[in-house]
Amino acid sequence: MKFLVCISLVPDTTTKISFVDNDTKFNNDKVQWILNPYDEWYALVRALELKEANGGTVTVVNVGPAANDQVIRKALAIGADDAIRIDGSDDLDSYGIAANIAAVAKEGAYDLVLLGKETISYNGSNIGGMVAEILGQPFISYATSLDLNGNTAKISREIEGGKEIVEANAPFVLSAAKGMAEQRIPNMKGIMQAKTKPLKVVPATATPTLTSTVKYELPPAKAAVKLISPDNVEELVTLLHNEAKVI
Amino acid sequence: MSNTTEFKNLLRGGEFLIKESNFQDLFTPADLDEEQQMILQSTNDFLDNEIMPKRDRIEVQEEGVTTTLLEQAGELGLLGLAVPEEFGGMGKDFNTNSIVVEAMARARSFTLSWGAHVGIGSLPIVYFGNQQQKEKYLPKLASGELKAAYCLTEPGSGSDALGAKTRADLSEDGKHYVLNGQKMWITNSGFADIFIVFAKIDGEKFTGFIVEKTMPGLSLGAEEKKMGIKGSSTRLVFLENVKVPVENLLGEAGKGHLIAFNILNIGRYKLAIGSLGAAKDALRQAAVYANERQQFKTPIAKFGAIQYKLAEMAIQIYALESACYRASDKIDNFEKKLLSEGKDFSSAILGAADEYAIECAFLKVHGSEVLDYCVDEAVQVHGGMGFSEETQIAGAYRDARINRIFEGTNEINRLLTVDQLLKRAMAGKLDIMSAAMGVQKELMAIPSFGAGEDEGVLTNELNAVRNTKKAILLVAGAAAQKLMTKLKHEQEILMNIADMIIDLYAMESTVLRVQKKIANEGEEAAALEIAIAKTFVSDAIERVGVNGKHALQSFAEGDELRMMLMGLKRYTKLDPFNTKNARRAVAAKISEDQAYSF
Repeated sequence: MKFLVCISLVPDTTTKISFVDNDTKFNNDKVQWILNPYDEWYALVRALELKEANGGTVTVVNVGPAANDQVIRKALAIGADDAIRIDGSDDLDSYGIAANIAAVAKEGAYDLVLLGKETISYNGSNIGGMVAEILGQPFISYATSLDLNGNTAKISREIEGGKEIVEANAPFVLSAAKGMAEQRIPNMKGIMQAKTKPLKVVPATATPTLTSTVKYELPPAKAAVKLISPDNVEELVTLLHNEAKVI
Repeated sequence: MSNTTEFKNLLRGGEFLIKESNFQDLFTPADLDEEQQMILQSTNDFLDNEIMPKRDRIEVQEEGVTTTLLEQAGELGLLGLAVPEEFGGMGKDFNTNSIVVEAMARARSFTLSWGAHVGIGSLPIVYFGNQQQKEKYLPKLASGELKAAYCLTEPGSGSDALGAKTRADLSEDGKHYVLNGQKMWITNSGFADIFIVFAKIDGEKFTGFIVEKTMPGLSLGAEEKKMGIKGSSTRLVFLENVKVPVENLLGEAGKGHLIAFNILNIGRYKLAIGSLGAAKDALRQAAVYANERQQFKTPIAKFGAIQYKLAEMAIQIYALESACYRASDKIDNFEKKLLSEGKDFSSAILGAADEYAIECAFLKVHGSEVLDYCVDEAVQVHGGMGFSEETQIAGAYRDARINRIFEGTNEINRLLTVDQLLKRAMAGKLDIMSAAMGVQKELMAIPSFGAGEDEGVLTNELNAVRNTKKAILLVAGAAAQKLMTKLKHEQEILMNIADMIIDLYAMESTVLRVQKKIANEGEEAAALEIAIAKTFVSDAIERVGVNGKHALQSFAEGDELRMMLMGLKRYTKLDPFNTKNARRAVAAKISEDQAYSF
């Protein structure tokens, strides 16, 4: 089975977030980029597990500039066989990214396209559905487990208050949530091999821009916390009533 | 390595004392390649995901926790970095090993279990084992299937390692050596499968042996109750008529000292860079706490007294880091040079470590003392909480103390530093004497009061480094001339000289590193580093002056003493610099990042 795993780069979780160009652009300066954990820990690792059990190949695809190569090679160190970078700019909107990934997926005739349920940067959850639509394939989102029996997949999905088991035949697109697999730390052999694995760069195709960011805003700073002695319930009630105005 | 230019300007061991270095040749943490960065990332992930959550269980030596983690480290390849690929390892270069040792250092007791296994436990076989021994043991040591311990110290022989009493006698059939004796303070002994044991054949020939746990007659004492690193296993190892097959003799009979001392050179370097990693973690904890803890409605990180501490820790760490990476790269390059000349893997690394034995010895002292300074001040920043075992810093404080003791006490390593410098001078490898004569001549001449060459923002500091070399040559040269062979009995003077050398190497490494940063990124981007360099040099040159004075007063008198003291004063003069403001700027950065972030 041929797996294609979409990997996105996101700022390290300790990054101090700021914006430029009148708050219309994320400030990339000095940002440490990491693989989106949902793509890496769940989608990629599950694809590798299935490949190890049943055979096949795992290709990772990223849309972005050449500076992304170092982080892409981490996916190769974890165990992906090869990588494709679609040489696109940071300015592509979700549709642009999805259309380019779909083109690569179509050309490579992959059986399964996997990605994380969202990126931890924009939390858009947009790409999977769009890629599936463009490919004309089913889209199964928020999957917490994926098992294969030949061409048929059995999938658990997170749903409100419980879980749903679905069955689907490849090819399809799936977005992975927590529970699908566990993080793998690249071992030294993998890191050494990553240097020699293929990382193909293909040009991005121009796409119409369907969405653009008008403005970013940081959440308001947290207000100071007031501590009230447990004996002083009256003061608590007064404060909740007069200051917080919640009772 | 066919590129010969790569090895140019490679200062030999100890040559920093008499020659200038160029900042372009300096290796710094900013120079890690992509693979090294990925290895560092994996190491940190392993620490954060697997080791740190189990710290409390490691600390009480819960059965199986450390050994399982060692096996996991083996799966990741973290046990085989220095083992050649043909024996199941990664065969990584010295710099890559240095980076991993620094990263692992924050795992406290586990650091020691890991370090003893990959270092003194495995390296004797990597470097001195024959083909058969390597094939038999190394793949399993690299995977973690076998765990190793190193048995050198005995109740009666510590610093005097060759005074060991453990004996090895050849059996009548010539098939075994029969070992008898006891070994003390043996790290990993509680769970080790392999013991590298030093014993004297016929009570005379000091020799290394590979002893397996299953060999009858080997038994263990109870776990030692230690001040720190409580989670690491430390026991007595008893050898009672242990029959060790002759094929387990390591290296050559009577040449055990080569194994013991060569492994120690590398061990000392690793201790230095490990201390660096632990010191950074102490600073991180202090910075986090200082910003969280409020007194007088103010985070204590806002107070100058605390800012001084955060900054001074960072400055000392920066200097140590610069020195450690510089030395690592020298060893790395020398190893590659020897390989390019056709030396085999073991001879190349051992040759390189021997070449820089002086640097290994004094960096061990420097690293362990910076670490002790940092854990002490980090406890102080924590106030009462720092005295509680609820915080990690209390344990880190206890753990740090052993570093000034093992791998040769700091006193022994100070003596070794000067001893080896003088030996090199005697052997004609290091021309200290002409350099010292040059300094004496300069002292007799009229001093030049004109401004020297303008070398930019660090002109004063570069001159201070040059002058410190002269100050050392003045003191050491006069001491050697005056006391001759008696010098070795004047340990106080040797301590003074060693301390001056430590300060010199740290100053020079720091200034070179900042010069490199200025050249690459400009003065503005390097503003804090410039503040660090200026502050460190300003303090270090004072210490050089004090140590020099103590030494000179110990052996000279009258006019001669006065003349030398004047010379020393000239060489340790530096324009005043506002270190308070510089430290405040550094502290602000540490508080902002809540970690060491240079």
